[in-house]
Amino acid sequence: MTAYLLRRLGQTVVTLFVMSLLVFIGLYMIGNPVDVLISSSATPQERQAVIAAMGLDQPLWFQYWTFLSHALTGDLGKSFVYNQPALRLILSRMPATLELAFSALVLALVFGIPLGLLAGLKPKALVSRVIMVSSILGFSLPTFWIGLMMIMLFSVKLGWLPASGRGDTVNVLGVPISILTLDGLRHIALPALNLALFKISLVIRLTRAGVIECMQMEYVRFARAKGVSEARIVTVHVLKNTLIPLITVIGLEFGSVIAFAVVTETIFAWPGMGKLIIDAISVLDRPVILAYLLMTVVLFTLINLVVDIFYSVADPRVRLGEAAE
Amino acid sequence: MTPAANAEKMLVVSGLETRFNTSRGPVAAVRDVNIEVGRGEIVGLVGESGSGKSVTGLSLMGLIDAPGEITGGRILLNGEDLRSVGGKRLRQLRGDRIAMIFQDPMMTLNPVLRIDTQMIEAIRAHDRKISREAARQRCRDALGLVGIPSPDERLLAYPHEFSGGMRQRVAIAIAMLNNPDIIIADEPTTALDVTIQAQILAEMQKLCRQRGTALIWVTHDLTVVAGLADRVYVMYAGSVVEQGPVDALLDRPIHPYTDGLIRSIPSHNEPGRPLHQIPGMTPALDRMPQGCRFHPRCARRTEGCLSEIPLMDFGGGRRARCIHPLVEG
Repeated sequence: MTAYLLRRLGQTVVTLFVMSLLVFIGLYMIGNPVDVLISSSATPQERQAVIAAMGLDQPLWFQYWTFLSHALTGDLGKSFVYNQPALRLILSRMPATLELAFSALVLALVFGIPLGLLAGLKPKALVSRVIMVSSILGFSLPTFWIGLMMIMLFSVKLGWLPASGRGDTVNVLGVPISILTLDGLRHIALPALNLALFKISLVIRLTRAGVIECMQMEYVRFARAKGVSEARIVTVHVLKNTLIPLITVIGLEFGSVIAFAVVTETIFAWPGMGKLIIDAISVLDRPVILAYLLMTVVLFTLINLVVDIFYSVADPRVRLGEAAE
Repeated sequence: MTPAANAEKMLVVSGLETRFNTSRGPVAAVRDVNIEVGRGEIVGLVGESGSGKSVTGLSLMGLIDAPGEITGGRILLNGEDLRSVGGKRLRQLRGDRIAMIFQDPMMTLNPVLRIDTQMIEAIRAHDRKISREAARQRCRDALGLVGIPSPDERLLAYPHEFSGGMRQRVAIAIAMLNNPDIIIADEPTTALDVTIQAQILAEMQKLCRQRGTALIWVTHDLTVVAGLADRVYVMYAGSVVEQGPVDALLDRPIHPYTDGLIRSIPSHNEPGRPLHQIPGMTPALDRMPQGCRFHPRCARRTEGCLSEIPLMDFGGGRRARCIHPLVEG
């Protein structure tokens, strides 16, 4: 297990290095942040001073070297715009995004698994057909459009739920959390549901496919031959086998939800990382973009690790040491 | 039939018909099958692939899945008609009075559940009040009975940690857990090595004899049945074409199909000679020949074979569906 963790850590460091190099060169080629940041009325002298202060007058390799040597000490540079350390900026926004992504994940599982189970057990029933058609809608309708429609309906027309912000938060270990207050829950409901819709559809389809496959397996027939009740067959024999592919996909999806909740965060003015990165890109705030993408790599690695561990718990045939070899 | 007449015959199947609803209409996979099994008796059910032998086994368990269904006949287990007792009672009987073992030991055990989980649930399904420790003890004993070393440790293992033969032993142990009256074994040794096959056959026979458990051994292999069964039913194209005590049936077959099957067994006595084959192929379920279903492949066929042929008595417990028998009754 320790060897396995060390190997994973080594892989992560390499990935981080390659990612930083690619992003650094990419950002260098996209454009000069000075053009965006400094007002056009600035004198050439002022302009030169700012460029020198930011270190942008140095050659690319030297800029990267400076970044790398600082990064090794945990300093990912200061935001050009906020003049704060980029990493701290991102970490301050991360709880909001994590909370949103986590809520969406819970919704996806709470709705997706039972509906998928139902659709898989009675594939020909009317209710199953309704579930499957709805899941196609969940897949194909664009997230931003559904988000806007939800605001129109629940916030504007019915006035049930607020359309923007996080609402009241409670500090847990210095981290603000919305879902622990009623007002916060009211605020997170719409964005979380919006973000979850696609995932619900995905979970429904995966669960249904898994259930249909498992129900035809010989071990289900054998369990019936033992006299085991249908309820136990579904909840123990079938569900546990269905969870295995589900864990993998959900893990990957959770990562992408965290990293790219941009659209939902923008529509619902949710103060998370997604909104920060959009703003950073529009003004070419290089340190923030770079720090954000590196953070994403770390998150993905962590999630994959957790997924692997869950996977080995759910499927006894998988052993962690072997999986990495 | 009166209950008294059934007392000796623990399982009586009469006129069983099982159909599958296909896109081209219903087809009968099993038609007019009559089987009787006495207490502690070992019976072979022999036939080629597609003869309906597995469907018969599953029908007895009430395990025919859609689009199949049992459309006729009676299945009396200890005088109780399994077709009319209802789902709840059927579940109570399954695994308790009538158990089943399947062909592929790699598939019958759930890969993600430990052996103890899969064994204890078979006990708890029929006895909710049993204590965990008592249930464990019974599992341990059952594993020991089928020759699995250190059952205490093996209870905590997962199926993939067992070899194929060991898994089939586990399946047999599960089938025996509740000391059923009858076990239906659907080709349980087909997927195993010949040496393991022989071991399991011998142990299965010994266990059933010791405990007075009846056994229906479904197989395509007449040689397996020869050393194992008391009586044999030969199935062809969905119905029983011949039945009788194993020695008589193998020595002097009545039905030309049985004769063909026996002569197809590679023999050590005549090395180098081409193997005998039954000409033609098993008919498709939706294109059954009229009358005797074997007549297109039969050398003795006449006009009379085109009409429906009943199961006829040839004495000595022997019956066959043939008007041109190889042995006179």
